[in-house]
Amino acid sequence: MSGAHPTPHPRLQHHFDSLEQQFEASALGMWLFLVTEILFFGGLFMAYMIYRLTYPEAFAEASHELDVVLGGINTAVLISSSLTMAMAVWSAQLGRRTGQLLFLGLTIGLGLVFLGIKAVEYGHKFEHGLVPGPNFRFESARDPVHSQLFFSLYFIMTGLHAVHMIVGIGLMAVLFVLAFKGRFTRAYHTPVEVSGLYWHFVDIVWIFLFPLLYLIDRHGTVGH
Amino acid sequence: MDTAATPHSNYLTDGYGIKSWLLTKDHKRIGLLYLISVSAFFVLGAVFAGLIRLELLTPAGDLVESDTYNKIFTMHGVIMVFFFLIPAIPSILGNFLVPLMIGAKDLAFPRINLLSWYVYTIGGLFTLWALVNGGVDTGWTFYTPYSSAFSNSNVALVVVGIFINGFSSILTGLNFIVTIHKMRAPGMTWFRLPLFIWAHYATALIMVLGTPVIAITLVMVGAERLLHLGIFDPKLGGDPVLFQHLFWFYSHPAVYIMILPAMGVMSELVAAFSRKRIFGYEVVAFSSLAIAVVGFLVWGHHMFVSSQSVYAAMAFSLLSFLVAIPSAIKVFNWSATLYKGSISFEAPMIYVFGFIGLFLIGGLTGLFLAAVAVDVHVTDTYFVVAHFHYIMVGGTIMMYLGGLHFWWPKIFGKMYHQGMARVSAVVIFIGFNLTFFPQFIVGYLGMPRRYHSYPPEFQLWNVLSSAGAAILAVGYAMPTFYLIYSLVKGERAPANPWGAKGLEWETTSPPPTHNFDTTPVVTEPAYNYVK
Amino acid sequence: MPQTQILPTQASTMAPQVDALYFFLVALTAFFTLLISAFVVYAAIKYRRRSPDEVGKAIHGNLKLEITWTVIPLVIVLFIFGWSARLFFTMARPPAQTLDIYAVGKQWMWKFQHPDGHAEVNELHVPVGTSVRLTMTSQDVIHDVYIPDFRVKADVLPGQYTHLWFRATKPGRYHLFCAEYCGTNHSGMGGWVFVMERADYQKWLAGSAGQGTMAQAGERLFKDLSCITCHREDTTGRGPTLVGLYGRAVNLDNGGSVEADEVYLRESIVNPRAKLVSGFQPIMPTFQGLVSEEGLLQLIEYIKSLKALPSNATGAPAAPVQAPAGPGKK
Repeated sequence: MSGAHPTPHPRLQHHFDSLEQQFEASALGMWLFLVTEILFFGGLFMAYMIYRLTYPEAFAEASHELDVVLGGINTAVLISSSLTMAMAVWSAQLGRRTGQLLFLGLTIGLGLVFLGIKAVEYGHKFEHGLVPGPNFRFESARDPVHSQLFFSLYFIMTGLHAVHMIVGIGLMAVLFVLAFKGRFTRAYHTPVEVSGLYWHFVDIVWIFLFPLLYLIDRHGTVGH
Repeated sequence: MDTAATPHSNYLTDGYGIKSWLLTKDHKRIGLLYLISVSAFFVLGAVFAGLIRLELLTPAGDLVESDTYNKIFTMHGVIMVFFFLIPAIPSILGNFLVPLMIGAKDLAFPRINLLSWYVYTIGGLFTLWALVNGGVDTGWTFYTPYSSAFSNSNVALVVVGIFINGFSSILTGLNFIVTIHKMRAPGMTWFRLPLFIWAHYATALIMVLGTPVIAITLVMVGAERLLHLGIFDPKLGGDPVLFQHLFWFYSHPAVYIMILPAMGVMSELVAAFSRKRIFGYEVVAFSSLAIAVVGFLVWGHHMFVSSQSVYAAMAFSLLSFLVAIPSAIKVFNWSATLYKGSISFEAPMIYVFGFIGLFLIGGLTGLFLAAVAVDVHVTDTYFVVAHFHYIMVGGTIMMYLGGLHFWWPKIFGKMYHQGMARVSAVVIFIGFNLTFFPQFIVGYLGMPRRYHSYPPEFQLWNVLSSAGAAILAVGYAMPTFYLIYSLVKGERAPANPWGAKGLEWETTSPPPTHNFDTTPVVTEPAYNYVK
Repeated sequence: MPQTQILPTQASTMAPQVDALYFFLVALTAFFTLLISAFVVYAAIKYRRRSPDEVGKAIHGNLKLEITWTVIPLVIVLFIFGWSARLFFTMARPPAQTLDIYAVGKQWMWKFQHPDGHAEVNELHVPVGTSVRLTMTSQDVIHDVYIPDFRVKADVLPGQYTHLWFRATKPGRYHLFCAEYCGTNHSGMGGWVFVMERADYQKWLAGSAGQGTMAQAGERLFKDLSCITCHREDTTGRGPTLVGLYGRAVNLDNGGSVEADEVYLRESIVNPRAKLVSGFQPIMPTFQGLVSEEGLLQLIEYIKSLKALPSNATGAPAAPVQAPAGPGKK
């Protein structure tokens, strides 16, 4: 080697040649992970699709028991949180600590609002006996057997999504602490970018879940 | 160019003590951690196999109770599939060699690599807990509604164990893909990569795309079992056959996770021990990718008799025939490589010869199964059992052992006893054939699989099979002894004991922690054997 | 004392056809295995290393060879596919006239019901040279009926009906196995198929059958469960008439239509709300748990027997046509 080495960036790991290579590797890694998540949720979407095609009326009826207003609000909340997340990434790219903290905080807040509304919805289901199992009751249903199937899928799909939200909020919290310590600069802000990808993905999953679960046969009718 | 002197400091001596191993970020040490865990599970799985063959010596179920036998074959399958065959070559040899072969200092994500080992071990511990707690009796395929609503065994525990273990596969695959894309040394273009890398890349694609599907399927089984969410229960409106579709959507590609790395090893060994580049390098590379892709389209051939429509059966049958073609092409190319080669007969090459014969039989018997009309008769019989053991044991394990014998000097810096190694390979080959060939016969005669007791007219074939298993056990035990012995008393290995080509042979045996003293610059094609 | 065989007996019309394809595949496997192994052995000997530094010849590859050994295997596998597909279509399509027998599997036994009323446990008597169609369901987990000497196999599913058919060619006794793992006594869940000469089969049929045909048993259930209250012979009932229903298309309230096969009939009894017939109210209660799988099959046999009669001058409800019963019934 010739000449003196510039001091490597403190965040450059020893097995990479440059921060750029390290960032590209991290980003590719996160994209691949998100592909695995698509396949993971995909199994549920497959089951949903097959059962909905076989029992469309039962699914429509069960879907009408969901609160489209709360679901709609949650959709708006998540889309907004993706906006705040994108702003957080932008602030990280510019090395602006205040912006990072503000927008990460907002994202966390919106995520918590989402989970809160979800909890309220779950509570309603519990009260109305719409949780599958021995206590399931859905008197007005014309085909309670397959409507119960809808609710099984509803709980697994939204439950899994909620778990991913919790993990996402956890990630945001960690980023918040690191941002507070001034970790993210113009030169290095990989964790924010990469977590941003994850957050957007969780948002997109919801954007598929909402119409598939809440909006079956709802043309013209809003509310319940 | 190799270094004559043995290095005083290498990755094995770079840090002592249990913490330096359990918290290592070195891909080579992680490969060895996997070697220990995977070997432990292999022994356990083999013990269960031994018990199965012991029971099947006689037609009556007289060694153990039915429930116990059902648990034994289930645990044999679960352990061998998820805790041995899927991780063995990628997580041991792949982890060790991928960075070395491409000229990198480590994998892209060393901490995720270590995490993958912990995840494997924790998943394994859950499974062991289930075992100790009474075992599982659903078969490794967990068909519903038996597994979700009827079995009285530790289904949830094992399902959790496999779920967790699946992440080990996903993280390893992810690591390999990013590493191969982003960390090749200067001059290491895609078509200069060793075929081992191509094979592991294709494997990693399957790991990343397929494993999540079985993960969610197991979540659904667990949910049905614990929370009565009836996705697969016909009484709750569900369809038990849907489970089979979701399960096999992963589990068929999974068998390509098991064989592709072995094919990768095969390419390296054939090239090294004929001192020639692999005939049709690009064709072999693309065949790996083709197998990975088409492998996702054939899952229905496990379900020809489970009430599929005739048209679905036709589609899956045709695709299953097509997926055989790239594998056949590889066998032809490996064989053609021998032409005008310079062939030597060290132990790894004995494993190569064994692989060719056994993989041919295993692969060609796959055609019997792709033919629906024949599959109707032989599915769920010992014919299928024989077929997949020919590929997985005759194929994957032969190459696992071949690879271990090839790279052992590189990994540990020691040579083992060549004569004993060759003899073991032959013993394994003989024992293997005696164990599994009779199973083709008794399967076509109609002996179903997973049978604790069987009609007396099937006994001759079962006795032959069990006798073979005893020989096979001896064959597997032998390397354990001489390989471990080599660690203590073996001759020091030079950097390149076989005169092979490849970046891993251009560093010391064992390599230094950072793999290369200077980053290699690649200027020649792979396997560039010139005088 | 059962003999050890190398090949199974050929006891059905399918067996020799399946075996022919099998033998071809065995020959193919042997041929390619020997061919390639021979080449490998030859090359290993001829090109063995003769000096420590020797290397092989640098040969890149050969496109023509690659194409050849891609196309030839492709042609071979397509040939096998075609042969197998033709054979499979025969397996999957029973002949128009079959002797229909019903099977119910449960952990860990088989119950066979003949339409004439004979019920067997773990044994199945059939006449030689007659096409037999099994309609099967499970009471619990997935099972499978496998008769190796006939080369037939089909899974038996809970909540569904699956089918297989065969035509036995040799009198004798043949194994019947459960071939889908189903728990503790999976390997004990087997039995025997007895293929009998026609005369012997008639004698067997004449033996005790007890309570009449399946259709008659179904008619008794139909009355006992009060189905008759809503499902009348004419269209005046609160429910659709079942006369002439089997095999007909049914219009559903969602605009679609479905064929009234065994699966539809079973579903309509255990979960009537899953499909609603156009023009009727969803008032039929579910009979899940109130009828056994055998009972469901008997009801289905009864419904099958309700063929529409030519116009009835008196206007009085006509007696339903009975399913053809074996001799010596009642």
